[in-house]
Amino acid sequence: MEVEPTGGWFHGHCSITDACRMTVTQRARTGRATTDAVIEVSGLRKRYGDVTAVDGIDFGVRRGEVFAILGPNGAGKTTTVEILEGYRKRDAGEVRVLGEDPANAGLAWRARIGVVLQDATDVVELTVQEVVEHFAGYYPNPRDPEEVCSLVGLDEVRRTRVRKLSGGQRRRLDVALGMVGNPELLFLDEPTTGFDPKARRQFWDLVRALSAEGTTVVLTTHYLDEAEALANRIAVIARGRIVALDRPGDLGGRRQGLATVHWLDDGVERVVETAEPTRLVTELAARFGGEVPQLSVHRPTLEDIYLDLIGRRGDADVAEVAGRDNGSLGGDAATERVVEEETA
Amino acid sequence: MSTVTSRPALGSKRLPPAWRIALSRGRLEIKVFFRERDAVVFGFALPIVFVALFGAIFGNEPIGHGYTYVQVLVPSMLVMGVASSSLVNLGIWITSDREDGTLRRLYLSPMPRMAYFLGKIIMMVVVGALETVLLVGVGVLAYGVELPPTGEKWLIGIGMMLLSFAVFGVLGVAVSSLPRSARSAPAVINFPVLVLYFVSGVFLPYNQLPGWLQQIGAVFPLKWMVQGFQSAFLPDDLALSWPTHEWEHGRIVLVLLAWLVIGLVICLTTFRWKDRRHG
Repeated sequence: MEVEPTGGWFHGHCSITDACRMTVTQRARTGRATTDAVIEVSGLRKRYGDVTAVDGIDFGVRRGEVFAILGPNGAGKTTTVEILEGYRKRDAGEVRVLGEDPANAGLAWRARIGVVLQDATDVVELTVQEVVEHFAGYYPNPRDPEEVCSLVGLDEVRRTRVRKLSGGQRRRLDVALGMVGNPELLFLDEPTTGFDPKARRQFWDLVRALSAEGTTVVLTTHYLDEAEALANRIAVIARGRIVALDRPGDLGGRRQGLATVHWLDDGVERVVETAEPTRLVTELAARFGGEVPQLSVHRPTLEDIYLDLIGRRGDADVAEVAGRDNGSLGGDAATERVVEEETA
Repeated sequence: MSTVTSRPALGSKRLPPAWRIALSRGRLEIKVFFRERDAVVFGFALPIVFVALFGAIFGNEPIGHGYTYVQVLVPSMLVMGVASSSLVNLGIWITSDREDGTLRRLYLSPMPRMAYFLGKIIMMVVVGALETVLLVGVGVLAYGVELPPTGEKWLIGIGMMLLSFAVFGVLGVAVSSLPRSARSAPAVINFPVLVLYFVSGVFLPYNQLPGWLQQIGAVFPLKWMVQGFQSAFLPDDLALSWPTHEWEHGRIVLVLLAWLVIGLVICLTTFRWKDRRHG
């Protein structure tokens, strides 16, 4: 893993990051629906031979939104995004991106979108600056190439040949080339794969800053924390279908989800799933007259919900149940679990 | 500096003109070509080295009319130079452009599609012209090769140069779809070209080939290019190494134009912006 240059991607410009973080939070909280749809997809299908990669997908993305497509490898994320970019042809369904069908959109449309490539190894004999300047020349309203270099943290290697960049720096160059045209809509396909944790945080700040100034961002990822940190809405995709689409806090009924309260009652482990954990804990506290033995309150994490949604839970059912219940298999009363539904 | 500046009003400007992007791509391609040292050494320098080498070995062999072997060698090496800077060069580089993400990036950008090909053409012509000057220069300075004696012969030489670039250019784009990967491209593309050098009169006089090899050679454009370039550098009564003992300019033009059309059709029907794995 490369050593990131000191300072990072936003050398002392926390103000903008904070500002945009606020915007994002605010937007997420109010769920303000800008009626302006940047992407509209309905009934999208794509097959490769016998394999159905995308099996009837519907969603929309609003202007200014950070929209994450989250799913395991092979779920159909990349295919979906490539169809939206106009790189791949669809078999069925309606797609509008920035008001046009990507399958026959022209160069003026292309100038309005930006794509960050995932695994490019091109332009290796050119310097960072040469490449960014060259690609800026394709667009009617490009950003200043120098500014782009410093935004993505490539200031110190501007005169270095791309061949000599570290893996992380190379990815940032791809980000630079995706944004140099000043796009209204930016596609990021698994952008932080291979980044170290610090580089990921810095990349997130960059995405937030772009979003804050109004760029719509479509992001595919298989990292939950990335989707949760960046996205206004998340579409979870598995086996070519969207299995959930919501704000990160509400995904899979997370907000309404039952909390699980554990405690030890007379040597017996008790587990209660309840919508009102506070009330239960208050009652327990009164009953025990203070400290409740081994009390814990657990809400499903996004990861729990995600695994449920993509069906990994299902696949792992046997193992998981066995793991959870192995205490009771021995018939040991002290660890016996009693799961009771609260009827309140 | 690091604040993300707010975006100017949308649609306030038009797309940059295609010619400007094409020129910019041409500049970039030339820069990249001369920075790839392997390509420069093996593709670019080889014909020049051959002129120097063969010149040193056979340079003084008379071929009649007071001319020596180098006078025949230079037009042959010119064909080789044009072939390597266009056909081989494009075939290999486009394959690697397809594999390393260049074509994907360009396809997704607002670059006019033609700008990519124009950029390659600019690179090919600049590299080829430089090749020609160096190659002929070595022949003239080191071995006393005589330049075409008349204006008419100069025109023939220049015409052959342009026609050869055009034919090899489109064929280069056409063959770029053949190799399965950039790694195999040099072998896949050099192999047939090398064979063609031998059956087209580049290394050996055409009239020394068995008849059936001559027939094969005559199907492909290289033989006709060698013939055409020789006609610019040699007097007309030295056309003896060719079956009809004539330069056959009309037929050369016809065959090369036919290959140009074939090449264009192949390009238009088989050129892929996408990698095989991107279907």
